[in-house]
Amino acid sequence: MPAAIVAKDVRKSYGGVEALRGVSFDVAEGEVFGLLGPNGAGKTTTVEILEGYRHRDAGEVSVLGHDPGDSPRSLRERIGVVLQQSELTPLLTVREIHRQFAGYYASPRDVDDVIELVGLTEKRDERVKTLSGGQKRRLDLGVALVGDPDLVFLDEPTTGFDPAARRSAWELIRSLRSFGKTILLTTHYLDEAQQLADRVAVIRAGEIVSLGTPAELIGEARTTEIRFRRDGELVVRETDDPTRDLHELTSAALAGGWSLEQIEVRRPTLEDVYLELVGDEGASA
Amino acid sequence: MTLLLHQLRFEQRTFWRSKEAAVFIFIFPLLLYALLGSVYDGEIDGEPAVDVLLAGLFGYGAMNTAFGGLAIMLVGRRELGILKRLRSTPLPPETYLGALLLSTLVIFALQSVALLALGVFAFDASAPENPLGFAGAIVLGVASFAGLGLAAAALIRSAEGVSAVVNVITLPMAFVSGAFGPTSSYPEFLQAIAEVLPLTYFLDLTNGVYLDGDSLFADPKALAIVVAWGVAGVAVALRRFTWVPRER
Repeated sequence: MPAAIVAKDVRKSYGGVEALRGVSFDVAEGEVFGLLGPNGAGKTTTVEILEGYRHRDAGEVSVLGHDPGDSPRSLRERIGVVLQQSELTPLLTVREIHRQFAGYYASPRDVDDVIELVGLTEKRDERVKTLSGGQKRRLDLGVALVGDPDLVFLDEPTTGFDPAARRSAWELIRSLRSFGKTILLTTHYLDEAQQLADRVAVIRAGEIVSLGTPAELIGEARTTEIRFRRDGELVVRETDDPTRDLHELTSAALAGGWSLEQIEVRRPTLEDVYLELVGDEGASA
Repeated sequence: MTLLLHQLRFEQRTFWRSKEAAVFIFIFPLLLYALLGSVYDGEIDGEPAVDVLLAGLFGYGAMNTAFGGLAIMLVGRRELGILKRLRSTPLPPETYLGALLLSTLVIFALQSVALLALGVFAFDASAPENPLGFAGAIVLGVASFAGLGLAAAALIRSAEGVSAVVNVITLPMAFVSGAFGPTSSYPEFLQAIAEVLPLTYFLDLTNGVYLDGDSLFADPKALAIVVAWGVAGVAVALRRFTWVPRER
């Protein structure tokens, strides 16, 4: 499949501090790609370079075949953007805002269809300022979709949502994918990346430290862990060959007449992998 | 062109729905005129006081609407991220600014008509001696003060502070430049300050077209100074204006 986004060795510094230290990844057309990392890792900087808001210091970037650094209108025509923080005119109604934005695009989607899609039909004639936080976020999404974009950027689309609102947002993002939209999503929620993304890049301190499908990330990471207690003391053994190791352990225990108390054999979860990758910074995310 | 009108429609809708804008931008100059018109009577410098005040409030209105209104609106929109969001749509920035200027022109033209109607019907003021010149002054005032408004929006950094900054600039300037009455009895240093302010020269022009029936081009020096202030404002805005909020 052709690439919707290509980023090669992208670098960006702010006042001598390197925010991005050579970030490279590709996003295929129709793919949902997750950028996962703690706050301040460089997710938003990366996305805003791709959206055309920020200029890279070095590296190559192509978004739908355009260099976003020039932010050409032909590119803006084909992308939809949900910013991490932005508001829409508080005094206009949901429907008016959608109509306002629809007017900017050459071939927009039907305004009422989009409002239905993001679940705001009941609020259609309410002013933006009366919406709840979650409803405003859905409005952001509706406005990002009204131009019928090929590529959608979602910068932390569910931050601050309660669990129910997050699940309904996930449903919505999955339905976008079924329309064949390419989606670049940033999040600091692991479960969100695992639920939605075809592939995930874990970014830490301006560098991608791991990239692959959620299953690959788990697979390539650590070995299996065998934990048990012997005489009350925790023993943790990491192994690449759990079958043989288990056999040896159980044989030894049987022969020696002692037991493997609370024995547990576990594969690392994405969370273990993530915490290992991002280190202490991940703990606060 | 279609896009410009599309945006103009939403700008107008947004403006008239905002009570703050309607009161501060649209009603305030009318209110000041009603107050001053009731206080002054007789003549000022040989002209009916209600006419002189009408010309003065017209100048104040241009500054308040185009400079104050635009600066407050743009800083607010920038800091809320509204401008940033628009920047990634296909709407060209120049179309957006064009719609803002047109919208400001519509607001100030309506305000000028309301001011005239108030003067003529409530205070028996005169109609403009040079109506065409008066219409030209509406456009000139909006253009020049909008240029300064863009500069102010580029330089003022906080949405909380913008109204205060705008008032601290516009109210004393209106007073010193003579929008609220004659300045001949002011101390010399205030008159010296007035010599450099754009409103002073814009008032020369509005007085000319409204009271004396002069052409808008009768005082080329005043015209040049008003235009120069507007151009200087645009130059500052081009260098300093950003679409994205300050980093928090």
